Amino acid sequence: MNRPAITGWLLVLPAAALLALFTHWPIVGTVWDSFHATPKGANPAPFVGLENYQVMIADEVFWKSLWNNLWFALGTIPISIALALVMALWVNSAMRGRTWLRVAFFTPTVLPMIAVANIWLFFYTPQYGLLEKLTTGLGFGTHNWLGTESTALACMIVVAIWKEAGFFMIFYLAALQSIPPSLAEAAALEGAPRGYYLRRIVLPLLMPTTLFVLVNAVINSFRLVDHIVVMTRGGPNNATSLLLFHVYQVGFSFWDTGYAAALTVVLLAILALAAIGQFVFLDRKVHYQ
Amino acid sequence: MTVTFRSPRQPVSSIRLESVAKHWETARAVDGVSFSAEAGEFVVLLGPSGCGKSTTLRLIAGLDTPTAGRILIADRDVTHAPPAERGIAMVFQSYALFPHLTVEENIVFGLKVRKVPAADRARRLAKVAELLGLAALLQRKPSQLSGGQQQRVALGRAIIAEQPVCLMDEPLSNLDAQLRGEMRREIRSLQQRLGITMVYVTHDQTEAMTMADRVVLLKDGRVEQVGSPDELYNTPRTAFTAGFIGAPPMNLVPLENAGGPWRYAGTDANAPYAGTEAATLGVRPEDMDVATEGGMPAVVDSVEYLGADSLVAAKVGAAPILVRVARHAPFATGERIRVTWKPQHQHLFSTRTGERISA
Repeated sequence: MNRPAITGWLLVLPAAALLALFTHWPIVGTVWDSFHATPKGANPAPFVGLENYQVMIADEVFWKSLWNNLWFALGTIPISIALALVMALWVNSAMRGRTWLRVAFFTPTVLPMIAVANIWLFFYTPQYGLLEKLTTGLGFGTHNWLGTESTALACMIVVAIWKEAGFFMIFYLAALQSIPPSLAEAAALEGAPRGYYLRRIVLPLLMPTTLFVLVNAVINSFRLVDHIVVMTRGGPNNATSLLLFHVYQVGFSFWDTGYAAALTVVLLAILALAAIGQFVFLDRKVHYQ
Repeated sequence: MTVTFRSPRQPVSSIRLESVAKHWETARAVDGVSFSAEAGEFVVLLGPSGCGKSTTLRLIAGLDTPTAGRILIADRDVTHAPPAERGIAMVFQSYALFPHLTVEENIVFGLKVRKVPAADRARRLAKVAELLGLAALLQRKPSQLSGGQQQRVALGRAIIAEQPVCLMDEPLSNLDAQLRGEMRREIRSLQQRLGITMVYVTHDQTEAMTMADRVVLLKDGRVEQVGSPDELYNTPRTAFTAGFIGAPPMNLVPLENAGGPWRYAGTDANAPYAGTEAATLGVRPEDMDVATEGGMPAVVDSVEYLGADSLVAAKVGAAPILVRVARHAPFATGERIRVTWKPQHQHLFSTRTGERISA
C-alpha cells in the first residue's frame, strides 16, 4: 500500500474503531447470541440454532407487539409529519408573537419523555384526570382511557405525536427559511394562488427535509418506549406492548437474553429494511439543491 | 430576423406614480415620489444604495403597499391591486428561478397557472426559447446553468407572459462586466422590439445612460431629477446629480470668498463667478484641459492611463478633481498644473441647497 493510502486509513481509524466497537460488534454479537440459549450460571450458552426464532413464531405477545408497533407507526408518522409541516408553515408566516408560538410548539421536544408521560398520565387518569373532567363536564360518561384495551394504544399514539411533531417542525422551519422569499413573490406575480404555490414549489423544495424527517419518524416509532414503561407497562392485556418494550421485558424482566437477542435481530431487520426502502424509493423523487 | 410577439389587440401600458410614499415606522424608504413612464418607454430608476429605488419598484409590482399616494398602470388605479392583476412581469435581482423545475417548466410556470392551453403554451415557449437562445437548455435545471443563462431564463419567464409592463430589479448585478455589456444591449433591443413599457432599477449610471429613454434619479427616497440621459448629463439640476452621472462624474470644487472676489477654496486664484450665494463649481473631466497658465491651479496626485486617454487625479485646495487627457499625460506627482475649460461647460450649484444656479 502506498503512503497516502496508509495515511488515509490511519485518519479514519479512530472513527472506524469506535463505530466497530460500539455499533458493528454489538450487532454481530446480538446475531450470534440469537442462535444460543440463555446461559445458566457459569455454564456457557449452548448452541440452539433457530430454536429462538421458532419460539418467536409461536409467541403470541411477539405478534401482538409487532402489530401494535405497525399501528403505532401508521398512527404517529403521517400525523406528526403533517402536523409538523402545518405548524412550521404557520410559525414561518409574518405575525405577531410567532417566537412564542415557536417556543410553545418546541417545548414538548425539550421535555424528558418521563416528564411527558407523567403529564399525560394525569390527562388520562380516570375520575379526576383532565380528559375525564372535560368529558364528564360535557355530559359524557366516564371512561378509563389507558385501562381499556380499545383506547390504550390510541392514547399512546397521541402522546408520541405530541412529543414528536414539535421536533420535526424545527426541521421544516429551517428548510422553509432557506427558501428565498423572491420565489413566493415570483409566483404571486404570475398569479399563482397560495395553495398552488405550496403544492408546486414549497412541498417539492421541502422533499429532502421530508425524507430526513420520515426516516427519523420511522426509527422513532420503533424506538420510543419510555412512555410505555411509565404509563402502561404494555397493558392492558398487551394492548400497548411495542416490539422494543417486548424485547425489554424478555431481556430484563425474564432474563431470557437469548430470546431477547433474537427479537432484537428482527427489530433491526425491520428498521434496516424501512431505511433502505425509503432511501432507494424516495431519493429519486427528491430534489437536492 | 424579426419575431412578431405582441398580438395586435394587446394594449401598451403607461405607468404613473403620484406622490407615492412608503414608511417603515420612522424610516422613510420612499418619500413622495412622482413620475410617469409612457407606453413603450424605457425608464431607469437610478440611485445609490438605500435611495428607495428597489422599494419603488416593489410598490409598482404590488409586492409592497404604499403608505400614501397612487399608482396607475394603463390609467387604472392599481395602488391596492394584487400583483397578478396589474398586467406586469418582473425580473428579480436573484432571478428567483424555481430550483427544482426545468428551464421549460420555469418559463411556462405562469402560463400553467393561468391555464393557457398546452398547444398555445408550446408555441409561445418555442418563440421565447428562440428569441433568447435557450432552445438547447430547456430540459436543464437552473443549477446546471451559468449566471448569464439563468438571467436569460428569468427574462424568458418575464416576456412569455406577454404583459405590457416589465419591471427589472438590478438584473445584471450578478454578471461579470463583459456579459453585463452584452445583456444591456440585448435587453434594450428586446424591449424595443416587443414594445414593452420597462421600469428598470440599477445603481449603475452606465446602465442608466446606455439603456434609458428616461432616467429617474432618486436620493434618500425622493426624486432628485427626471430626464433623458442627455438632460441629466448636460444640465444636472443639483450637485448630487452632477456628482452621480458620468463616468467619472462631474468635478465639484467649492468656492470661497473673504470679502473680495470668489476664489477656488484653498487657493488664491479667482473663480469665474460673481454671484452673492455661496457656490460650488462643476466641470466634467472630459471638458477640462491642462494649460500652462490661467484657469484653475491644481497639484497632480496620480495619473491613470486607460489607453485612449488618461485620467489625471489632482487637488484644487482640498478638493479632488479628475481631468481626462488624450493618450498619455506626461505629469509627475506633485507637479503644479493649470486647468481650463470653455465657459459653456461650467456649472454652478448653491453650496447651501445643492440646487443649480442659472447663469
